[in-house]
Amino acid sequence: MKQGDNRRSLFLALPVLALLVWTVAYPNVAVIAGSFEDGLGHWREFVDSPADREALWTSIVISLASVVASLGIGVPLAFLLSRFEFPGRRILRGVATLPAALPPLVGVISFLFLYSESGVVTRAIQYFFGMAEAPWRLQGVSAIIFVHAYTMYVYVFLFVSAGLERFDTTLDEAASGLGANGWQRLRYVTLPLLTPALAGSMLLVFMTSLGSFSAPYVFGGGIRVLATQIVSSKLNGSLGLAYVETTVLALSAVAGLALFRWLERKRKYTSSGKGSTTRRVIKSRRVQVVAALLATITVIVLVLPHLMIILVSFAVDGAWTTQVMPPEYTLDNYRRLFSEAELWRPMVNSLSMAVIATAANLIVCFVAAYLIVLRKFSGRKTLEVLVALPWAIPATAIALGLAATFNRNDLFSARILIVGTFWILPLAYFVRGIPLVSTAIEGSLRQLDPALEDAARGLGASWWLTMRKVVLPAARPGLVAGGLLAAVTAVGEFVAGVVLYTHSNRPISMEILAQLRQLAFGTASAYSVLLILLVLVMTMTARSFEERMA
Amino acid sequence: MSAGSLELKGVTRAFGDHVAVNDISFEVPSGELVALIGASGSGKTTTLRITAGYEMPDSGSVMFDGRDITSLPPQKRGFGMVFQHYALFPHMTVEQNVGFGLEARGVGKQMRLDKARAALDAVGLQKAGPRSIQSLSGGEQQRVALARALVIEPKALLMDEPLSNLDPTLRQSTRDELRSMLHRVGVPALFVTHDQEDAFAVADRIALIRKGILLQIGTPEDLYDRPSSLGVASFIGRATILPAEDLGDRVGVTIAGQRREFGASKPNGQAGKLNSPHVVLRPDALEIARDGDDAAWRGEVVNRRFTGGSAVYRVKVGEGTVLEVESGEMGLREGDPTGVRVSREPLPMVAGE
Repeated sequence: MKQGDNRRSLFLALPVLALLVWTVAYPNVAVIAGSFEDGLGHWREFVDSPADREALWTSIVISLASVVASLGIGVPLAFLLSRFEFPGRRILRGVATLPAALPPLVGVISFLFLYSESGVVTRAIQYFFGMAEAPWRLQGVSAIIFVHAYTMYVYVFLFVSAGLERFDTTLDEAASGLGANGWQRLRYVTLPLLTPALAGSMLLVFMTSLGSFSAPYVFGGGIRVLATQIVSSKLNGSLGLAYVETTVLALSAVAGLALFRWLERKRKYTSSGKGSTTRRVIKSRRVQVVAALLATITVIVLVLPHLMIILVSFAVDGAWTTQVMPPEYTLDNYRRLFSEAELWRPMVNSLSMAVIATAANLIVCFVAAYLIVLRKFSGRKTLEVLVALPWAIPATAIALGLAATFNRNDLFSARILIVGTFWILPLAYFVRGIPLVSTAIEGSLRQLDPALEDAARGLGASWWLTMRKVVLPAARPGLVAGGLLAAVTAVGEFVAGVVLYTHSNRPISMEILAQLRQLAFGTASAYSVLLILLVLVMTMTARSFEERMA
Repeated sequence: MSAGSLELKGVTRAFGDHVAVNDISFEVPSGELVALIGASGSGKTTTLRITAGYEMPDSGSVMFDGRDITSLPPQKRGFGMVFQHYALFPHMTVEQNVGFGLEARGVGKQMRLDKARAALDAVGLQKAGPRSIQSLSGGEQQRVALARALVIEPKALLMDEPLSNLDPTLRQSTRDELRSMLHRVGVPALFVTHDQEDAFAVADRIALIRKGILLQIGTPEDLYDRPSSLGVASFIGRATILPAEDLGDRVGVTIAGQRREFGASKPNGQAGKLNSPHVVLRPDALEIARDGDDAAWRGEVVNRRFTGGSAVYRVKVGEGTVLEVESGEMGLREGDPTGVRVSREPLPMVAGE
């Protein structure tokens, strides 16, 4: 019996392990090998190039600054919303996570419409104060950090809010009873206890910033970062240099991972006692008014990018030049999207590629999670590392790795030609989705009492019946949540698209970029709105499915 | 008001429509140990939290040493507090926990460490200093919490259910230690408990709270032998409470048609006729009567509980009345006929509700 179980585990594990080694691990090896194809030549090229040195430095500076800026917004907001009750709290809580719902490129475009030299907010201020020139330019490092802070503070906010939710407030009371003032309580009690949440979210922001492509690509101006350097080296045909840059980017990510994990471990403890959160009601009339006012402003700032995209999607292409607001409005943008086959094509492309990738993710990651959580077989550690690997590697590096691996048919080195076909983008989405889906399913399976599987088998159920009636239902919430996350990410994906797309399978984000280049702001925005709607529909479908099943 | 004493004056606190604490007043002199007891939700914890400064009363005031401290925040009161689940900081060692109050006061590191070790010594945890909180047992955590509260040389000590998380054997010994330690410290001490045995064992005086109202405050003997109301009599100790006749300093008790008269005591300050008078029959004020005792009520044993030195019998007299009797007589069994008589007078009388 036990013997049979082991054999079945191995039988399940081998194909999954092989697939993951081939699509996740091997491309990295190909990139590293590629960087040395000329001996140390490409590396010397990298070290001697001022542009590359600058790109590495700028990437790290931007990532660290994005972490600091996200902390600066996310931490106070989380404290405010979970510790205080004030007019407008519910609305603010409702929209606080909205920025995360914007696909990367769409967020960047809306900022362009709002805050660039010709943006609505910029021009409104310029005309209001009668300035001859725009008060600022949305360009360079500060612009990138600005956009990053807006979209990525959500990670910090969510992690810290969850941490505060679990926080045992009697610890705070104990500290004040012992004579600690507000600052001392924050410094010695609250913040140390929130360290795991802080470190976790800082890591997430750092990794996302390091791999961020759309913001530097659109706002960069003369600024170079590694993610954009890689793409331009590849487009210029300097593949060897691109491999070196990719390796350096991946190494920076791993260094960041190690740093923040260390910070997290340093403060490991298990919380005792029950968490209880009581929100302090703000009673002073004056503070209430100030809080309500600040909440309103914050809500407007958070919602503005969404509203702006919707507004511009009705603007006539090319008509908006020097005015504060787009002067003419029309439904034509949408009409053309739906009626012209060539314009509609990217929608079909993105959706079908996302569906294919997600379906593959669900099957492979379920097997992997099942093996990791419920089967104690010998290859478990390897499987765990393989499944988590794509998370530690920036998207540009993943895309380039695939480009380096699946670029020719060569049975001897286990390569097949996928680059240039329809299948390369679904493959990229699949690789990026692996950690998301696996983590979600693992989380669900960990709540399954292992004795239940034994009990089912003990009652005479076959392996297959046990799988269907016990294991799969337990994994369901994870399958739904992980699948949703993977599908949403895939539909709005941009970086892999830039590196790997072909005209026939171009995804929505590439079409948005193309429209933007032709200054067809209206059409680009209409695409963006449809993309947001698509994400919304997917989220609501998943949620209602989960509610019906639960 | 004596020096260094803690006093609550007409303290009231409502949460929405629910009045958690209703016009409570009492004083805890320096060196005295008062237990706040009551059922859960009676308002005892809110009273303690108002005293500590974690809640503000809607009206009334908290006084210390004759000074109104009602609006003083907890960190300025200098009271030591022991929380129900101890609220030890999980990211600090035992020493760091105990030293935290000193750190908040700007005491230097070496001094802090010395004092923390001395405080841990005093609670019998000499070697626990560098240990983590997670490695401590429940009883050890309780001691650390106490050491942490005492090391700041508190002006008053407040404890929320300090014994409720300990197992029964540990609880017995901890009660005695707590009582002697608190008397040594010599500050006003107030502790909340729902367990009257804890209150009897540790407190000098007990304040009984029900639905936010202070029913009675007094020594354990006061509450047991001279309850101020039916509520106190039924909450404190075990008792059979029956309607009776108020005959001034005597009470007439009729069970199953047999009337007897006994000497009686009335609640302090209620000398006049009581409204719907009741008599309180404690198990230890009754005894098993010999056969042929005319003063006894005749009945039948329906339940017997062995308690070590004695047995407690539930004796059914007539149709509806069951008397609980504590007796050194061990020989009776369920179903045996027996007599019950009053062994100790005066019997407490209270007004009905």
